[in-house]
Amino acid sequence: MNVHRIQRLGYVAASVVLALALIAASGFADDDEREEGQESVAATEGAAAPAETGTEVDHCVECHTEEDLMPEGHLDGNVHARAALSCAGCHGGDPTSDDEERAMSKEAGFVGVPTKAEIPAFCGRCHSDIEFMRRYQPRIATDQVSQYFTSAHGRRLQEGDRNVADCASCHTAHGVLPAADTRSTVHALNVPSTCGKCHGDAEYMAGREIPTDQLEKFSKSVHGVALLERQDTGAPACNDCHGNHGAAPPGVTSIGQVCGHCHVNNMQYFTESRMGHAFVEEGYHGCEECHGNHGISKTSDDMVGTQEGAVCLECHSEGDKGFETAGKIHVELVGLNTQYAEALAAQHEVQRIGMDDVDIGFMLQDAHQSLIQARTLVHTFDAERVKATTDAGKQKTTGALEAAAGQVRDFHVRRRGFGMATLFTTILAIALFLRIRQMEAG
Amino acid sequence: MATDVEGSGAGSRRGANHRLYGWLDDRFHITPLIEFLRHKYVPVHRHTVWYYMGGVALFLFMVQVISGILLVLYYKPDEGNAFESVRFITTKVSFGWLIRSVHSWSANLMVFFVFVHMFSTFFTRAYKKPRELTWMTGFVMLALVMGFGFTGYLLPWNELSYFATKVGTDIAGAVPLVGNAIKVLLRGGDDVTGATLTRFYAIHIALLPAIFTAILVAHLIFVQRQGMHEPEYVQKLPTERKKMIPFFPNFLLRDTLLWLMVLNMVLFLAVFFPWELGEKADPFASAPEGIRPEWYFMFMFQTLKLLPAHVWFMEGEVLGIVGFGVLGVAWLLVPFWEMKRRPDGRPRPITLIGVAAIIYMVVMTIWGYLV
Repeated sequence: MNVHRIQRLGYVAASVVLALALIAASGFADDDEREEGQESVAATEGAAAPAETGTEVDHCVECHTEEDLMPEGHLDGNVHARAALSCAGCHGGDPTSDDEERAMSKEAGFVGVPTKAEIPAFCGRCHSDIEFMRRYQPRIATDQVSQYFTSAHGRRLQEGDRNVADCASCHTAHGVLPAADTRSTVHALNVPSTCGKCHGDAEYMAGREIPTDQLEKFSKSVHGVALLERQDTGAPACNDCHGNHGAAPPGVTSIGQVCGHCHVNNMQYFTESRMGHAFVEEGYHGCEECHGNHGISKTSDDMVGTQEGAVCLECHSEGDKGFETAGKIHVELVGLNTQYAEALAAQHEVQRIGMDDVDIGFMLQDAHQSLIQARTLVHTFDAERVKATTDAGKQKTTGALEAAAGQVRDFHVRRRGFGMATLFTTILAIALFLRIRQMEAG
Repeated sequence: MATDVEGSGAGSRRGANHRLYGWLDDRFHITPLIEFLRHKYVPVHRHTVWYYMGGVALFLFMVQVISGILLVLYYKPDEGNAFESVRFITTKVSFGWLIRSVHSWSANLMVFFVFVHMFSTFFTRAYKKPRELTWMTGFVMLALVMGFGFTGYLLPWNELSYFATKVGTDIAGAVPLVGNAIKVLLRGGDDVTGATLTRFYAIHIALLPAIFTAILVAHLIFVQRQGMHEPEYVQKLPTERKKMIPFFPNFLLRDTLLWLMVLNMVLFLAVFFPWELGEKADPFASAPEGIRPEWYFMFMFQTLKLLPAHVWFMEGEVLGIVGFGVLGVAWLLVPFWEMKRRPDGRPRPITLIGVAAIIYMVVMTIWGYLV
């Protein structure tokens, strides 16, 4: 038999067996009827070593394809099929036998369809085995199962809750794609909808003490807009804050670390500040107290200060030191931002009249950098440090404004220069005209 | 005493001039040339004003050559530096802004005056025997001027010029049979890249000026040898009623007067409406809205846009290109197929064709800018 045919049959067989194995796991309603820890688990443990590649004739594929038991196209890009993993690799059995009884017999190591409770161990048979997994990916992690049992999902599963996510809930049962594949349910762009499938379903989540509007809020948040609208995969999806296999709500003490993973300076300033220490003492939720969580919106200078809508007012009131500091910081930020906007407008004017805006552009880059730094320094809650930075920025914007005014002055000098040149050429033209007239009259 | 000294000074200067003239005349025989100019007369009539249009175009060409040479001192024709060097010229080089703006404005005015010159020649039917070659060399120069415009437009390597060149060379690529070869030859590859920029630069500052200058010299020699064309009604006038002025110095002084005025206009435009540089071209960015060719290509561009995708068995674009090609050749050969005057005194068909061409070009250009 030709090699390609064997390989193709191997792919099909692998997926058919996987399909069978994870059918029960993939649905939420179709829970197992069997008792846990019975024959299938025993079979799993007793099954042959982790999957081997296709056999000469894969009767799993032949029969299951004939009976239309597999979804169409489940082999496209399938990470297991690509590694030549056959159905029997997960489900056991003897794919070389065309006798159904023999092929799916316990003697042949047939595992069958795992129950929901069995799924983590079922997948973990390979995925927790570093010796086996490094054959495919030398750097692959093999702690997914142990992480899973630390997650809210895994713990509840152990407690007997069957309406929780298992491996297949997120990765699908068959046709598992690598996370880097944009079609994968766990690709960064698809993670929110994958999590939202359960967490956005109020009916499914009924009885649990967590909200179901996370996906809706996230979609409108600064992170969600960046990820879902601008397709910026650098923006965080659910798993970037909550973890993936070990998914859990960040704890009070870890929330700063979660945000600080990306917002490094903000976290550092905050944790070193008096406010940061006070938050820890009071048990406040770090960043989340001011910025919120799933619905986090783009920050503005009006978030800080003493005016209406400023988050500082939630804790501070007139007369306390924090109130005064918040007011000072707001004035500094708004002052620099306003001056920066003026300088930017002046630069555009210089550009519009075709004058030199190159140096102005460099100064404005510096000023913008100061503005960003000052906004980051808000997390020190130190008005003096913020002021020192805004002062540096204002120096640059002032320089830019002066340079722009100089360019506009030069522009007018050019026009006056042109006026002089015109006067000269006009006199010359008139003289010439008179000369021609005199000459032709003569 | 003082008068004597001055008088003898002027006398010695005159003597020196004579000696220099004699020295030159001995070697280059310039007396016949001076005599030729002295006896050259230009007719004066109500259409005399059109005689100056070619002179204005010539003056603007000289402005282009001078400002172009100055720009070459700083311009860097490669993808990474072209835009920056033009920005450097306009912002850092003393009077660079003026030179660059003058070059751009003067280029556009030159195209305009070349068109005016061409149509004035057409309507006064100055292309007739014996001036067929003058007309044809003029037409070739019109095409070269448009080539100057097309190649020069890309050189600042900004967003608009980049995409306009892409579109323009794509259109050239649609020419039947040889189109793709022309496109690849123009672009220096399959796409508009730094190779195209270097190529356009070479064409703009070396190839076209060389060809243009040669043809210009021929054109000017033809004009000088044959003299100014007189409209038919002037030709029919009796000699005593014909008014003439000497070419030198009268006509040349009038030319100079007009050139001064045109120079003033170019300076005015350059100072008050400096030519924008725009954003640097980014080949990976999507094409910005409102990509348009230079105004003198607009009537053709708009026609190609309006043509349906398929006309009979041909693609609309191909039909348009072939059509403009045929019309261009017909225009070049006007002296050889000109239609005769109708006996009833109504306007000649050729005049009507010219008027229709102008109306078509103006309407299409305006339409192109409005939509």
